[in-house]
Amino acid sequence: MEQLMQLSIFSENKPGRLTKITKVLAKEGVNILAINIASSDGFGVIRFIVDTCDLAAQKLRQKGFTVSFNEVLAIELVDRPGGLFEVSAVLSKKKINIENAYVLILGSRKKAFLIVDVNDIEKAKKLLQHENLRFFTAKKKGKSKTV
Amino acid sequence: MFWQKDIEMISRRALEELQIKRLKQTVRQAYKNIPFYKEHFSNLHIQLKDVASLKDIRKLPFTTREDLRDYYPFGMLAVTKEQVVRLHTSSGTTGKPKAIFFTKKDVDRAAELIARCLIMTGVAKDDVLQNMMTYGLFTGALVMHYGAEKVGMLVIPAGPGNTKRQIALMQDFKTTTLHITPSYALYLASVMQNEGLDPQKDFTLRRAYLGSEPYSEETRKKIENFFHIDVYNSYGLSEMNGPGVAFECGEKNGMHLWEDNFIMEVIDPDTGETKPDGEKGELVLTTLCREAMPILRYRTRDITRILPGKCRCGRTHRRISRIIGRTDDMIIVRGVNIFPQQIERVLMGIKAVAQNYQIVLESYDQMTVRVEIVKELFDGKVDHLVNLRNDITEKIRSEILVRPKVELLEPGTLPVSEGKSIRVIDKRTL
Repeated sequence: MEQLMQLSIFSENKPGRLTKITKVLAKEGVNILAINIASSDGFGVIRFIVDTCDLAAQKLRQKGFTVSFNEVLAIELVDRPGGLFEVSAVLSKKKINIENAYVLILGSRKKAFLIVDVNDIEKAKKLLQHENLRFFTAKKKGKSKTV
Repeated sequence: MFWQKDIEMISRRALEELQIKRLKQTVRQAYKNIPFYKEHFSNLHIQLKDVASLKDIRKLPFTTREDLRDYYPFGMLAVTKEQVVRLHTSSGTTGKPKAIFFTKKDVDRAAELIARCLIMTGVAKDDVLQNMMTYGLFTGALVMHYGAEKVGMLVIPAGPGNTKRQIALMQDFKTTTLHITPSYALYLASVMQNEGLDPQKDFTLRRAYLGSEPYSEETRKKIENFFHIDVYNSYGLSEMNGPGVAFECGEKNGMHLWEDNFIMEVIDPDTGETKPDGEKGELVLTTLCREAMPILRYRTRDITRILPGKCRCGRTHRRISRIIGRTDDMIIVRGVNIFPQQIERVLMGIKAVAQNYQIVLESYDQMTVRVEIVKELFDGKVDHLVNLRNDITEKIRSEILVRPKVELLEPGTLPVSEGKSIRVIDKRTL
């Protein structure tokens, strides 16, 4: 299973913050593959899956942003009714709790992945290793450059 | 270690005799030379002979900050202009400043009090003092400077700010002792940390004197632990010479107020009634040895209490607690009196928030406390942030009995202060 890192940026919940963050990413040529925003009364955490996580984190930190990153699962979803059901059924069978989830789509809807943020990534990976699931891999990442 | 052992360890009885003798002199001097006092005495039907014992001080009128402003620039001077050698001013946030004059003897006496303070904390001639207070009209730096020279220390008149240069000076000249505001000490710590400097290995610091802003015991510990030094609390105000009015000894348990130079009272700020030792109130000071500007019963607006009991160091001059707040700083929310220092105390005990904070008052029943989260402790989880906010809210509530609204901010959002910091933003209108 390939490591996929998710960037999290702490942000006050006010107009212009996302613009400031994405401006940094744009300037550095960082491609955003997926985004998710969770907010709670006054502040939020903005999450990104990007093509160059280390570079993005470094540049954002230099600009004074509060950044952390962690590994997430990226499980391929089949584009047909029941696609998400099948994946979530596996997760529930293995008693893996979803902290946060969102979708990453590659190649103009050719491929979709469910990004799953879990409490214990190592444990989750171990539990899923023999399941019939396809994960995001670097090979596909190469292709994703054409997205 | 004593500078003037006989006076620092004087018996209470002898001290009181000295105080009454000096009080009578001071009252006479004020009455004869300062029209403001003569007028007040006549209005209150007080004659010089009415001041016969220490308790009689309560008959005397208070002097307020406004009085010093109203009689600016020369109205409170008790000597001729030829006799004064130094001027300091203290600017409030509003209106005219206050002018404080010193004769040659006053300058020397102020230095002498500082010398007592420094020796009390264990300094010797080979110590190096980096004086990071503002030089100029403000008393903080110059008065300390003269006292440290009297002791024979090497004084680096660095002034505040330019933090990288401060660090270089500390390293080049092997600074052992800092005179600094608490907020600047915290800022200095953050800069050292960012530069990857080890306060223990890369410096020769042994102690710091913190003054000119009220701060909490938690802040002291934080600074002591970071720099690996002893932090001593220093109290003074321009109207009473500046620093050196009261200072901590090696016990670090309250500040000895030099009672041979000042008579202290703690009063109820609303009624003016004197409070017994141990009870909280406004500190009122009367100068006993000043030539240029004797001041009677000056309302300092600082809230403290006189610590009952003897100090283990053997000095007989009574101690005051650290300044709990200023009557001007006090804010009232939902009818509850709150000092910003109480909130600071809570925040200092929470690892995941930074040193900076701000209190915003938008209405009479709601206060907002804005705090910055610590970058390194951010793990991307919203529920951790929510828990942190709830934790801060609850801890502040149990300290001040008012539930604040807590806002978590990105690090670096709040203004960094290199001097006196502005913590309270009051948007309320009456």
